[in-house]
Amino acid sequence: MGLRRTDISTTTLSLLGTLALWELLVRLSGIPAFILPAPSAIFAEAATRYPLYLYNSWITFYEMVVGFLLAAVVGVLIAVVIVYSRIARNMIYPQIVVLQIVPKVAIAPLLLIWAGYGITSKVLLALLVSFFPIVVNMVTGLVEIEEELLDLCRILQSGRWQEFSKVRLPNALPYLFSSLKVASTLSVIGAVIGEFVGGAEGLGHLIIIANTELRTSMAFVSLFALSILGFVLYGLVMLAERMFMPWEKWQSAAQAAA
Amino acid sequence: MAAPDRRSEGAHDANANDAIEVRNLSKVYASQDGPVQALADLSFAIADAELVTIVGHSGCGKSTLLKIIAGLLPPSSGTVKVRGRTVAAPLSDVGMVFQRPVLLKWRTILDNVMLPIEMLHLPRADGAQRAIELLKLAGLIDFRHHYPAQLSGGMQQRAAICRALVHDPSLLLMDEPFGALDLMTREEMNFELLRIWSERRKTTVLVTHSISEAVFLADRVIVMTPRPGMVADVMEVKLPRPRLPETKLDPRFAECVRTIGRRIGLLYI
Repeated sequence: MGLRRTDISTTTLSLLGTLALWELLVRLSGIPAFILPAPSAIFAEAATRYPLYLYNSWITFYEMVVGFLLAAVVGVLIAVVIVYSRIARNMIYPQIVVLQIVPKVAIAPLLLIWAGYGITSKVLLALLVSFFPIVVNMVTGLVEIEEELLDLCRILQSGRWQEFSKVRLPNALPYLFSSLKVASTLSVIGAVIGEFVGGAEGLGHLIIIANTELRTSMAFVSLFALSILGFVLYGLVMLAERMFMPWEKWQSAAQAAA
Repeated sequence: MAAPDRRSEGAHDANANDAIEVRNLSKVYASQDGPVQALADLSFAIADAELVTIVGHSGCGKSTLLKIIAGLLPPSSGTVKVRGRTVAAPLSDVGMVFQRPVLLKWRTILDNVMLPIEMLHLPRADGAQRAIELLKLAGLIDFRHHYPAQLSGGMQQRAAICRALVHDPSLLLMDEPFGALDLMTREEMNFELLRIWSERRKTTVLVTHSISEAVFLADRVIVMTPRPGMVADVMEVKLPRPRLPETKLDPRFAECVRTIGRRIGLLYI
């Protein structure tokens, strides 16, 4: 999975190429700016009104990060409870699945009624959208353990706590982190849905305004800002992954060699 | 060459030297197609500091037998006594080595070897010293801060043996410990094991389906029949120790291998 310098330069080049093509297309075809603004116009919009975008990016970022972190905590806790209690598993798991099947966009208006038009409802939506994969992966990580290891634990009189803290939990880390990566991208969606449905701040709100006023370049700047936020959170999760699982690089190297 | 069963020497009953005493042991599994008899009326005894190997076809219940001795599985009938006490729960006095190393991939080799010390709440300083000694003995001392994934399969299995010995158990139980290794590494590991065993002198029970490995390592070989597993024969291996590569050229070695092969149902000339 190592990134090579050539990989990065090809990616950059193709990105620049797309932008150039876009610019050229808009200029030559004479498409009006309210339908498709040129990249240069989008850039100009961002440069002239950057305080607006910075502020609203911060709001959205805050919502998604808090929602994401809550999802991580809630997801892990639910997973642990599900793994250790059959009763809890039978009670909670089906309901979580039902909750997951209901489209979150459909719940959003309700959440706004309950939690208000402020930041809380957006945080809750980000949490709702992103916690499911964390639960599922964490459960798998806690359960999928070589039988011999569990035998070893029994011989070493480990007890439940040591078995959990020394074997199950670290075993679940790779599963947890891959779900956190998914969840980090989902949390952006959650926050934006909340801002779409109601509120006075955030990039989602800006997109709604831009739409009603036909300021398409404003929508595009918000869009780019959103993807940057998603990237940043994803990157932070990857960084945490490397910090918490220093052995993983050897693991993947060994698997590649095998 | 095929020595008589120790039972016939009258050694079966309440021998003070017996580290393990298995008596009339049977194990029946419930399965979808009805009960399956895995082990049927096994009886044998293993003396202190003895190295006994168990050979038989795959599926003859060898692994089940080891698990019962370790207290990981209850017998259906009969008893297992370790040092005179009936086994009823998992024994911490056991070091267990499996076919796969099953090291914790998130721990360094040294920390892996320290796992039993931590889990059994034994004094850390003593444990660390023993871990270091064992890693030296196994030739892994330079790799103690490596992660398992950085080591070869043979080295990982050596680390697993260190882990099995670090809490100084009186029994070492090995379930096809070298079965997953390539042939060359396997030969090396045989010598490794004998070297460690001659230093530590643990009562060792090793399950294998390689007859030559069984003969090469053992003081005695327990030959098992397939399904249900029964003791077909117990053979004393009267080869001198230390066992060397030349040992395999000894006619007595070949004789032993041939006899066991016949017993198991393999046709040797």
